[in-house]
Amino acid sequence: MPGDLKDGRVVIVGASLAGLRAAEALREEGLTGSLTVVGEEPHAPYDRPPLSKQVLLGQATADTLELPMRRDPDAEWRLGVRATGVDLLAKRVSLEDGESLPYDRLLIATGTRARPWPNREEGALDGVFTLRTREDGAGLAERLAARPERVLVIGGGFTGSEIASACRELGLEVTVAERGPAPLVGALGGTLSKLAAVMQRNHGVDLRTGVTVTALNGNGAFTGAELSDGSRVEADVCVVALGAIRNVEWLAESGLAAGPRGIACDAGCRAFNMYGIVTDDVFVAGDVSRFPHPLFGYQMLSLEHWGNAVEQAAVAAHNMVNPGPLQRPHLAIPVFWSTQFGLNIKSVGVPTYSDHVVIAQGSLEARRLAMVYGYQGRVTAAVTVDMAKALDYYRHLIETAAPFPPPPGAQDRAIAADITIPSAVPDPSVLSHGPTVALTGHLPDRRLTVV
Amino acid sequence: MDSATLLARITDYASRPNPYPLYAELREAGPVVPQADGSYLIGTYHLIAALLHDPRMSADPRTRGEATHKPPFLRLDDPEHHRLRTLAMRPFGPPHSPGRVDGMRGEIDRIARELLEPFEAGRQIDIVDDFAYPLPVTVICRLLGVPHEDEPLFRAWSDAIVAAADVRPDDDSTKPDKAGDQARMEMGGYLLNLAEQRRGKPGDDMLSAFVNEPDPALRLTDEELAETAVLLLIAGHETTVNLIANGALTLLRQPEQLDRLRREPELLPRAVEELLRYEPPVHMRERIPHADIDIAGTLVPAGASVVLVLASGNRDPMRFRDPDRFDPARPDNQHLGFGSGIHACYGGPLARVEAYAALGALLPHLGSARLVEDPPPYRQNAMLRGPRHLPIHL
Amino acid sequence: MTTEEEVVEMRTVVDLTRCQGYAQCVFLAPEVFELHGEEGLLYATAVPDDQVERVRQAAAACPVQAILLGEEVSTGAR
Repeated sequence: MPGDLKDGRVVIVGASLAGLRAAEALREEGLTGSLTVVGEEPHAPYDRPPLSKQVLLGQATADTLELPMRRDPDAEWRLGVRATGVDLLAKRVSLEDGESLPYDRLLIATGTRARPWPNREEGALDGVFTLRTREDGAGLAERLAARPERVLVIGGGFTGSEIASACRELGLEVTVAERGPAPLVGALGGTLSKLAAVMQRNHGVDLRTGVTVTALNGNGAFTGAELSDGSRVEADVCVVALGAIRNVEWLAESGLAAGPRGIACDAGCRAFNMYGIVTDDVFVAGDVSRFPHPLFGYQMLSLEHWGNAVEQAAVAAHNMVNPGPLQRPHLAIPVFWSTQFGLNIKSVGVPTYSDHVVIAQGSLEARRLAMVYGYQGRVTAAVTVDMAKALDYYRHLIETAAPFPPPPGAQDRAIAADITIPSAVPDPSVLSHGPTVALTGHLPDRRLTVV
Repeated sequence: MDSATLLARITDYASRPNPYPLYAELREAGPVVPQADGSYLIGTYHLIAALLHDPRMSADPRTRGEATHKPPFLRLDDPEHHRLRTLAMRPFGPPHSPGRVDGMRGEIDRIARELLEPFEAGRQIDIVDDFAYPLPVTVICRLLGVPHEDEPLFRAWSDAIVAAADVRPDDDSTKPDKAGDQARMEMGGYLLNLAEQRRGKPGDDMLSAFVNEPDPALRLTDEELAETAVLLLIAGHETTVNLIANGALTLLRQPEQLDRLRREPELLPRAVEELLRYEPPVHMRERIPHADIDIAGTLVPAGASVVLVLASGNRDPMRFRDPDRFDPARPDNQHLGFGSGIHACYGGPLARVEAYAALGALLPHLGSARLVEDPPPYRQNAMLRGPRHLPIHL
Repeated sequence: MTTEEEVVEMRTVVDLTRCQGYAQCVFLAPEVFELHGEEGLLYATAVPDDQVERVRQAAAACPVQAILLGEEVSTGAR
């Protein structure tokens, strides 16, 4: 009865990018039944990447970031209300206001939230921020506009680095504390992290690596922090950029395969239950999902990427209203970007799934390059710095499992294009920022390289 | 017919009014079609797009052994291409001059209106000579800082250079093209001289900006300035004339689409993109592999001439649904009309603004207009394809 | 004063996953789109009325079709 799939009650839990795009796609795919979107935040779906860029720079305000619609999804929006559980047997989603919503098919797109400072009391000091929501963005932007003496950023991942970049652009003093050996090392490996460190220092960032923050000081208001090397940083604003936590707690009793790494699903976005059996009526999309990818050894990937939310939402929506033989796999190659310190960094593939890298075009000195990542002799990722137009070529190499290092003949070829060097991707446990791409199965056997 | 003669048949002047059946034959014979002269012809969308992004494909004619001096950035490889294009971009576009083209809109609209003013209903107009040519020439002269009255002078040079750059089969590429090189040198000298006159007394034009750049690291050498200015002056009008003329021709051939555009003027920006797909001003680009490479199963040796037929990729049914239909509301229109990759058209934004202005000004006149000749007489050039004249009765 | 009719605000978003820095949008609508460095793109999500036509052009011209212009999501009761 494939016709029935276009009818019935669809509930989407999560009203951000993935939830919105899935809602639009469901209608495009011909859903004629009812559509309800539940969101914990009281706002229409909005765009988060500008929060660490335009909003901090004062070029946009956090309350103007609503996403445009591709089409009106004709949905009932239940905003400002948290979902508290799912009953898979009764097919109902319960809400914190006591109501329960019946569904025929459910999409979970609850995303992530910022990892808070572990000491709750210290984290509650005035002047201590995380950055995930538009309230976070508005609050931090307001504080930065008041020109603090110094900003301490804890965590040198993409968000932390972008915040530091915005601070320097505003002319504010900023200290970045990172537990790993350099910023971005968890996502990009050793070589590019050294470039990231140079860029930060050249732009006047007080970069402290190999340290952790042991305590936040202040009596009501944040005044500074203690570092593990015994030093102290005096600052009046602190941004905790320690990565994200997946919003899965509400599913603890559901029987779904939901854990700290996300909700496991198959390539068709169908959720697994706790026994590893795939469900037929519960789907997952966006940051909260973890899914197998054939190009990366069928390991489960969790991606905190804008593009993944869009692509996976489209696949999930398609599969929610089409019978098995017409369903599509989510096979998109991961892509993400970051703009910081005047450089545009773009990544395709999974850089952490690598043992060696090579600078295939450009150079570190020119601040313009394409770095290619290989794992056991095949190309698995590429990162460009101000060379985005080269990315399609390297994406093709990844898609076709091309041999690593990449073939000769490229223009603007680095002198060292034949010299592969260890990718030096650290164990995530040595970082203070969480990786934005996590291989949640076994790690590739890179411990063979000298630590 | 023998697919090895495709390039010869495409470039044959008799094919100019409608090369599209030959492009269909090319895609059918492809994806990589060796030619009798040793070159390779490619006409499928995805392969063309991939090769335009492939860093192993050189744009520099010296890669296939052509004895020529250093070409302008259009035909250079990175990193030198990047350096010169970035310097040339400084007075023209973002990040340093983001408002330059947008700031010319009012002037471009006015020029378009003024050119059409003398023509009333019942009269005949040559869309090329009376409108599609003078509009971009006037604009590029203002932008670069070239006196408009010198047009006959640089038109002759431009004709010679463009003819020399056309794609021809059996072209002995190692022999320099004397007439083209001579014209390039003279035109370069002329533009360099104009720039020199602005040294120390800059106007609001690009030659002034180039010659008065205070930072030595960002300054073009005399030779670079001459090459760049020649490129911009030629590209600034030889291609836009085709876009505008093709636009008028396409709309007059398809009255229902013309009506639709007149009813829904907000479709104009998308109609211009569709025009760039359907009748692109530039039909072919050449690339040369730096190393032996495998293109879709064909081994193409280093130094071989690979001709990418952009206009064929734009009509590839594997990429565009119903590709031979002109649809101003076509979704997902990632055409190859301005190329793609690092050599994507430098002046594309200016051409677009000129096309919005030109077609916007023409639309009210086209309702009752009719073509005097169909097909119209075409220019000789197969690469920069467009009507030589487009007489219409208003 | 509130009226029955809600003012519909136009919003834009760029899929920066697709963006390759061709900057066509910056040329056509420099008040909405901005290059940050050589190819990083920043943009204003809220599009003022007098910029809508320019953003429409930018969306049409984007070589990788990464720009979406649309009405903000209406989440009102229906």
